[in-house]
Amino acid sequence: MDIAVNILLTIATAATPLLIAAIGELVVERSGVLNLGVEGMMIMGAVGGFGAGHLTGSPWIGLLAAIAMGALFSLLFAVMTLSLATNQVATGLSLTLLGLGLSGMIGTSFVGQPGVRLPNLDIPVLTDIPVIGRLLFGQDPIFYISIALTAAVMWFLFKTRTGLTLRSIGDSHTSAHALGIKVIRYRYLSVIFGGACAGLAGGHLSLVYTPQWVENMSAGRGWIALALVVFASWRPWRVLAGAYIFGAVWIGQLHAQAFGIPVPSQMLSSLPYLATVVVLVLISRNKRLTMMNTPASLGQPFVPDR
Amino acid sequence: MMRLELVKRPQRSALFSALSPFIAFALTIIAGAVLFALLGVNPLTAFRIYFIEPASQVWQLHELAIKAAPLILIAVGLSVCYKANIWNIGAEGQFVFGAIFGSAIPVLFPQFEGPLVLPLMLLLGMVGGAAYAAIPAFLKTRFNTNEILTSLMLVYVAQLFLDWLVRGPWRDPQGHGFPQTIQFGDSAVLPELMPDAGRANWGFVFALVAAVLVWILMSRMLKGFEVRVLGSSPRAGRFAGFGLNRMVFFAFLLSGALAGLAGISEVSGAIGQLQPVISPGYGFTAIIVAFLGRLNPLGIVAAGLVLALTYLGGEAVQSALGISDKVARVFQGMLLFFVLGCDTLIHYRIRLIGVALTKPKGAAQLEAAPKLKEAR
Repeated sequence: MDIAVNILLTIATAATPLLIAAIGELVVERSGVLNLGVEGMMIMGAVGGFGAGHLTGSPWIGLLAAIAMGALFSLLFAVMTLSLATNQVATGLSLTLLGLGLSGMIGTSFVGQPGVRLPNLDIPVLTDIPVIGRLLFGQDPIFYISIALTAAVMWFLFKTRTGLTLRSIGDSHTSAHALGIKVIRYRYLSVIFGGACAGLAGGHLSLVYTPQWVENMSAGRGWIALALVVFASWRPWRVLAGAYIFGAVWIGQLHAQAFGIPVPSQMLSSLPYLATVVVLVLISRNKRLTMMNTPASLGQPFVPDR
Repeated sequence: MMRLELVKRPQRSALFSALSPFIAFALTIIAGAVLFALLGVNPLTAFRIYFIEPASQVWQLHELAIKAAPLILIAVGLSVCYKANIWNIGAEGQFVFGAIFGSAIPVLFPQFEGPLVLPLMLLLGMVGGAAYAAIPAFLKTRFNTNEILTSLMLVYVAQLFLDWLVRGPWRDPQGHGFPQTIQFGDSAVLPELMPDAGRANWGFVFALVAAVLVWILMSRMLKGFEVRVLGSSPRAGRFAGFGLNRMVFFAFLLSGALAGLAGISEVSGAIGQLQPVISPGYGFTAIIVAFLGRLNPLGIVAAGLVLALTYLGGEAVQSALGISDKVARVFQGMLLFFVLGCDTLIHYRIRLIGVALTKPKGAAQLEAAPKLKEAR
C-alpha cells in the first residue's frame, strides 16, 4: 500500500509542471496566439527560481522569482507577435532558443550548488490519515496551486463574460475587433499569464522536483505541454487528465529503469516523447473534430485597422 | 505614454527587405554590448575577442568553414520548408540519423575500403536523414498531425537512440569502455580541402553546392514556384493543381536529406567516429541561419558564416575572458529575435503615437453614460 501511495505521489510530482505549463498555454491559445516558447519560458523560470532561492535561502522567494521570470520573458514574445505582428511560430521558436541559451549562461555559477526545496504541506492530524492523508494533505504547495489553477481557468473560460470574450477573440479576432473588444490587450494579458504559468512550472522543477540547477533540465517538458493542449482539444479538464497520463508514463519508465527491466534505458527514456507522437496522431486523426475544437484564428497575426 | 501602431505598406519594401538582416545584426551588437557590460567586461575588448580574433588567421577561417558547413546545409533545406509554410524543426534529429546511417559502413564493415566507401556513406547519410524526416511528413499527410511537435519530439528520440548505439552495440570493444565507436578507416574520412592550411573538409563544398542548387530550384524551376505558391496561399495552389501533400513530402525529404548529409559529413570529417553527442545544436541554430538569410539560399551562405562565427567567438571569450560559452547561444537567440522584428518593417511602417494622458471631454462623457444607466 505504501508503495502504491509513493508511486501516486511521484506521478503527481511529475504531472504538476506539465499541467501548469499546459493550462497557461491553453489560455494563450484560446485567445488565438500560438506561443511555441513554453520550453524557453519554463527553463527561464527554473533558473530564476533556483537562483533566487539559492541566493536568499527562501524557496518562497524562489517561487515568486520563477513566476516573474516566466512572465517577463513572455513579454518579449508579446511585444514581437502582438505589437510588431511577427510570425508566431518563428518567434516562439526563437524564444525557446534564447531561453535555453540565456538560462545556461545565467546558471553557469549555479551548477553543483545546493538548492532549496519548497516544504510539503504538513497538517498534524490530516496528513497522518493512512493512505489518503499524504495524497490529499501532504504534497508540495505547487501541486495544490496546479489543481486550483485548473479549476480557476475552467471557471474563467466557460463561466465568466471575460472568458467568453477571450474565446471569441481566439475564434475570430476581426469580428471581436469590430465589436470594439481590445483584441491586443486581451492577448497581451493572456500571453503574460501563459508565461507566468510556464515560469511557475519551471520553478516546480528546480524547487520541488529536483532542487538543483541542471542545464536544459526542462528536458522537453515545455514541448510536451504544448502537445497536451492539442491532445486536450483546448479543454482544461482534459489537460488535467493528459498531464497525469504523461506523468505516469514519465514515472513508469523511471521505475522500469530502476527495476532493471532488460530493455535499454535509452529506449525507456524515449517513451514519453514517443507517447507524445502517438497521442498526437490519435487525436488529430479525426480532421473534422480537430478543426471544430481548434481556435479558428490560432497563430494568425492580427493588426488592428482603424 | 507612447504606443506603437503598424501601418500596412501598399507593397513590400525592397529597401527594408535588403536592409533588415543588417539592422538586426547592428541591434544584436548593441544588445551584446549591454550584455558584456553587465558581465563586467569592456564591450570593445569583448567584441574584438568575439568577432575579430577568431577569424583573423587562415587556420581559423578553416575552423569557421567547418562550423558553417552543417549550418548552411541544414538551413538551405529548411528554407524550402519554411517558404512552403511547412514547419520542420526536427533537423537536429535528421542530422543525427544521417550520421548513424552513414556511419553504419565504417563501423559494421571496417574491412571494406576503397574509393566507393565515402560516396556510399554520404548517400546513406542522406537516405537516413530523409527517412527520419519522412515520419513527420507521413503523419502530417496521413493523420493531419502537427509537424512542429512530432518533428521536435523525434529529436529527443534520435539523440537517445545514438546514445544507446555508442554505449551498446556499436561501442568500440578496444575503447577502454568509452562511449564511442571505432575510429573510421582512412577511406571513410572526408578529405580535407587544403591539409597544409587547415582542417576544413569537403563538407563546406557540399554546403556551397547545395546552396546553389537549391537557389536554382527555387528561382528558376517550376518546383520553386510551386513551393512559394503553396506557402503563401494553399488555396491558390490547389486551383493550380499543386498537391499540398506531395509538397509536404518534398520539403521534408529534401530538408531531411540535406540535414542527413550534414550529419554524416560532420562525423566523417570533423569528428572521425560516432560519439554520444555529435552536434552543438546545429539543427536548431540552422533555423536562425535560415531566417537571417531571408530564406534565400545565397543569403543563407552568408548567414551561416555569421552564425559559425558566433560559435567560435563563444569559445574564444570563454577561454580569454572566462565568460560561459553559452553567450554564443544568447547571441544567436537575440539575432533571430531582431531579424524577425526587423522583418516587420518590410510589410509595415511603424508609427509611434503619443497617447494623451488626460482623456478628451467627449470620451469622458461617453464613459459616464452607462454608469448613469446603472444608477437608475
